[in-house]
Amino acid sequence: MEGKSPAQGGRLGWFPILACLAFCLAFLPGAGAQTAPDSCLACHSRLDPPLEVNPEAFAKGIHAQNGLTCVSCHGGDATSSDMARAMSPAAGFKGHIGRKQIPALCASCHSNATYMRRFNPSLRTDQFSQYQTSVHGQLLAKGDAKVAVCTDCHGLHDIRAPTDPRSSVYPLNVAKTCAACHADAAYMKPYKIPTNQYAAYTASVHYEDLTVGSDLSAPTCVTCHGSHGAVPPGVTSVVNVCSTCHVFQARLFDRSPHKQAFATMGLPGCVVCHSNHRIVEPTDAFVGTGKGAVCVNCHTRGDTGYVAAARIHRSLGELQASIRRSNGILTRAEASGMEVGQAKLELADAQDDLTKARVAVHNFNPVPVDKDVQAGLVITQKTYQAGVAALAERDYRRKGLGISLIVILGVVIGFWLLIRKVESRGQQEAKK
Amino acid sequence: MSAAAQIRDWLDERFGWNDLVSFLRHKTVPLHRYSYWYYLGGITLFLFCLQVVTGILLLLYYRPTPSDAFGSVQYIMTQARFGWLIRSIHAWGANLMIFTAFAHMFSVAFFKAYRKPRELTWLSGMVLLFLVLGFGFSGYLLPWNTLAFFATTVGTDLVGQVPLVGHWLLIFLRGGEDVTAATLGRFFAFHVAVLPGLATAFILLHLLLIQRFGISVPPSVEARWKANPFERREIGFFPNFLLRELMAWYLALGVLGSLAALRPWSLGTMAKPFASAPAGIRPEWYFMFMFETLKLLPARVGFMTGESLGVIVFGLAAALWTLLPFFDRDSRGRRHRWAAGAVVFALAYVLALTAYGYGVMAK
Repeated sequence: MEGKSPAQGGRLGWFPILACLAFCLAFLPGAGAQTAPDSCLACHSRLDPPLEVNPEAFAKGIHAQNGLTCVSCHGGDATSSDMARAMSPAAGFKGHIGRKQIPALCASCHSNATYMRRFNPSLRTDQFSQYQTSVHGQLLAKGDAKVAVCTDCHGLHDIRAPTDPRSSVYPLNVAKTCAACHADAAYMKPYKIPTNQYAAYTASVHYEDLTVGSDLSAPTCVTCHGSHGAVPPGVTSVVNVCSTCHVFQARLFDRSPHKQAFATMGLPGCVVCHSNHRIVEPTDAFVGTGKGAVCVNCHTRGDTGYVAAARIHRSLGELQASIRRSNGILTRAEASGMEVGQAKLELADAQDDLTKARVAVHNFNPVPVDKDVQAGLVITQKTYQAGVAALAERDYRRKGLGISLIVILGVVIGFWLLIRKVESRGQQEAKK
Repeated sequence: MSAAAQIRDWLDERFGWNDLVSFLRHKTVPLHRYSYWYYLGGITLFLFCLQVVTGILLLLYYRPTPSDAFGSVQYIMTQARFGWLIRSIHAWGANLMIFTAFAHMFSVAFFKAYRKPRELTWLSGMVLLFLVLGFGFSGYLLPWNTLAFFATTVGTDLVGQVPLVGHWLLIFLRGGEDVTAATLGRFFAFHVAVLPGLATAFILLHLLLIQRFGISVPPSVEARWKANPFERREIGFFPNFLLRELMAWYLALGVLGSLAALRPWSLGTMAKPFASAPAGIRPEWYFMFMFETLKLLPARVGFMTGESLGVIVFGLAAALWTLLPFFDRDSRGRRHRWAAGAVVFALAYVLALTAYGYGVMAK
């Protein structure tokens, strides 16, 4: 073929040069492109605290993931490596954001529904207005900069989405985040409120459900107190808070004599018996007149409440003992090889009746409790009889086996005697 | 003439009854220190007959569909009169039968009863062993409980590892890609029709060959009797050996009845095909040594999966074991010693891997 060779700059020779250039434009960073390095992180990653910013942590945060940079909050010019230009007020540099300015700064985006819609249309945008109603928000408005602001809970340059397990406001981490201040006695001294909430909460059944039970819907601080609008629930609103989960107990309590009595005495509903932070698994010992019973905190021997509490305790104890007795005999029968699956299934209904009876306790009236207990006792009677029948059947089978083995042994001995007779006769005939 | 004599004459005119009785009267069984091992075959046969009888009784209630199978077995265990006994005897009997079949096979191998002219007896016996394992595998699924369902899934998965025809075999066994109602239907058909028919035919062949060639004597005893003919002892098959056999059968019945009454076979929980396999799922004891071997093999060995290699190795081992009589033809020599060593190794391997599977040896 005629024409210049590639070495002479022929047509074919331009192709690899163009290909290299295209490669550089496409793949090599910054080659021919307009992307500038982030000068903020370039400097601040090398500084000491409190000016230090970890670029990896920032890059993994929710803001960086959505294209926001240092400039988004702090202003300035991140493309310039000249400190004077990068941090000039002309470039909009705000510098260090004071604690009192933080909520308003965050709200400048997070309260803008139109702006937030482009990132996550389902995100709420009322956090700032909620915060302003909270104890934190109100004290901040009065000039107290010690209270929690957005960054105290959500983090500073490493903010992750609340659904991220590494977020400081992920359900498993919320209590620890709140405790950073609320468990610090020295820090909380001016506010004259207790600082044992975290210790009490970690001893509670709610905390156990959350951590050991892995139930992320189990209550943590924000469930009862609110997150952005955090306040302690008022005396009359405690029941409402608990009733968001414990619906039946709350409804029964509302109709019980305790509701009015507690309201008159200014007592906070559920908390009177169950505590607020150290809520432990209630046992039947809670209700009654014995050791560990909460009823005797108010009721005295002989009064109507005392008598009712004793009767309720007795009823629950009776059903509990009956279930245990049935379960024991069915387990013994099952261990002997008897088939008691149906009875065990029915016994689960008795356990349900016991649960219902324990809920009915919140009537503070023995009659509805007795109704559920009686229903359970009918079942336990039936299942106990099933257990008795199973053990009787087991004994019948064993007797049958014993008799059969005696017969079999008799037959075997009979065969052995017959063999001896036949063989001795055979030997005699052989001698003849 | 008595009624018995009249009946005897009637049968003799038509079937040669007297000749048969004469043969049985003159048939003898060698008597020596290892004679007790002779009873294992008969006990296996007795247990098989018991399985047929109890199996027919279970058939009256059992329903072979996923929705009804578990419930029908539950009915048998809880409602049907003596249903618990019939089902427990059937389940325990299956395990005992497989145990005695293995013991019988190993005793025959140890005492070299497969030597000429009994090669076909050994071959028919090996076919019977495979049929008995097939009975165990197919019957295990029928209660349709969790263990049965997943054991069948794992077992048929392993069949699928056979090279070339594995997938076809898997589809054939399962009636599809997964263990479903189709699997239960055809396992039921195998268990109550196909396998019993084949087993009956091979049992008759096996018994015929035993009658034809007589009972084998171990080589060491044979050598001693050859040197000292007056030491030879024999007892008549009828009634001496038969009475002893019946004693053994009754003792086996006693053992079986005790197991059934004291440890009735459990129902388990109904199979949920979409649930995941229970942790620690493992097969019944008679497949344990193969299962543990496959678990010990690496995931890949060269170009094939560890499981495929394991299946091939076991297939080859079974083929070689079946052809043992044709390998061990001489009464002495290197092949003879190799065969003896192979038998010892096979028994030790089966016992060791089974114990390992049950955690007796440290994993």
